[in-house]
Amino acid sequence: MSSKAKLPPPDGFIDATDVVCPMTFVKAKVALEEMDMGGVLSIRLNEGEPLQNVPRSLKDEGQQVLGLQNNEDGTYNLLVRRAAE
Amino acid sequence: MAFSDEQLERYSRHIILKEIGPRGQRKLMDGKVLIIGAGGLGSPAAMYLAAAGVGEIGLADADTVDLSNLQRQIIHTTADLGKPKVESARETMLEINPEVRVDVHQTLVTADNIMDLVEKYDFILDGTDNFPAKFLINDACVLARKPLSHAGIIRFQGQLTTYAPGRGPCYRCIFVEPPPPEAVPTCRQAGVVGAMAGVIGCLQALEAVKYLAGTGALLTGWLLTYDAMTMDFRKIKIPSRKNCAVCGENPTILKPFDYQAAVCDL
Repeated sequence: MSSKAKLPPPDGFIDATDVVCPMTFVKAKVALEEMDMGGVLSIRLNEGEPLQNVPRSLKDEGQQVLGLQNNEDGTYNLLVRRAAE
Repeated sequence: MAFSDEQLERYSRHIILKEIGPRGQRKLMDGKVLIIGAGGLGSPAAMYLAAAGVGEIGLADADTVDLSNLQRQIIHTTADLGKPKVESARETMLEINPEVRVDVHQTLVTADNIMDLVEKYDFILDGTDNFPAKFLINDACVLARKPLSHAGIIRFQGQLTTYAPGRGPCYRCIFVEPPPPEAVPTCRQAGVVGAMAGVIGCLQALEAVKYLAGTGALLTGWLLTYDAMTMDFRKIKIPSRKNCAVCGENPTILKPFDYQAAVCDL
C-alpha cells in the first residue's frame, strides 16, 4: 500500500465501521456512485473482514484503489478513486 | 434520491450486483409495472417485483380467491378465500414490502378499458389464462408501444416471450389468431402443476427487472419453452412477420377488440 504522504486528499468521506459485510461494500458503492468520475472517496473500515473484502470488491468493479491509512485505532481509511460507472 | 439506511439494507443484494447496482435499484424504484391476472403467474411475479422495490405495481383481475386456486396461486392464502384477488394480492405484497405502491383494478380487462389501464405503466406482464385475453393484451401493448412479457402454462409445460416495441416480433407474429375455442383445453380442464406457475412467473418477473434496470438481454425475438417432465428448456428464434395484423407494415388492427371467450370460460 502507498505511504500516507503520497495519497491525494479525499473529495468525500464515509464511515463504514458501523456496519458489517456486505453492508460495508454497499455503503461504499453507493457513496462512490454519488461522486464525480475521478473523485476520491475515503472509506473508514474496521480491520479484518471489511479490509479484506471491500478493496477487492471495489477493484472487481473497476474502481481504482489508491491506498490505506492506518488510523491506529483498529480502523483504516481506504482511499478509492471513482474510475468506473 | 438518496437511499435510506433501511433501503440500503433491504436492497443490498441488488446494489451489490454490478449489473444492477445503486443506479439499477433506483430505476426499479422509479419503475411502474402492470400485472394482468393475479393468479398462478401473477402471484410469484407480483411478490418478487414488490420485494424488489418496484415503485408502482398495478394489478388487474376480476376474480375472487377460490379454493382450487391455492395449489399454485401462492400470493393468496386459505384465509383469503372469497376475497377479491387483487385485494388479497395487495395485502401480501405490502406485507413483503410496505414501500411499494400497489394499484388495484378489480375488473376484467376488455377492449374498452385496456388502453387506459396500460397507459401509465412502463412494462406489462400478462398472467392471464385464456387466448382472448392474451391477444387483447398483445394488441393493446403493440398499439400503446409498451413492452410486454407474455407467458402461458399448462400441465407440465410453460412458455414465455417478451415483446419490445420496435425491437422484435409480438405474440400475434407467432400465433396469428387464437385457436378455435373448443380446440384447446384450459388449465381448468387440463390441469397444471403448481410449481410451473412459479418457474414461469419468476421468469416474467426477471424480464421486468432487467427491462427496468436496463441490463441483460430480453427474450425479444425468442420463445422460451420449458417441459418439466423432461427438464428441457428450449429457446426458439422467432422472426417478426411483415404482414402481422397489428405490428406489421400495414396493420389492420388499429384499436383493441375482444374475441369471444370459450364457452367453458364463461
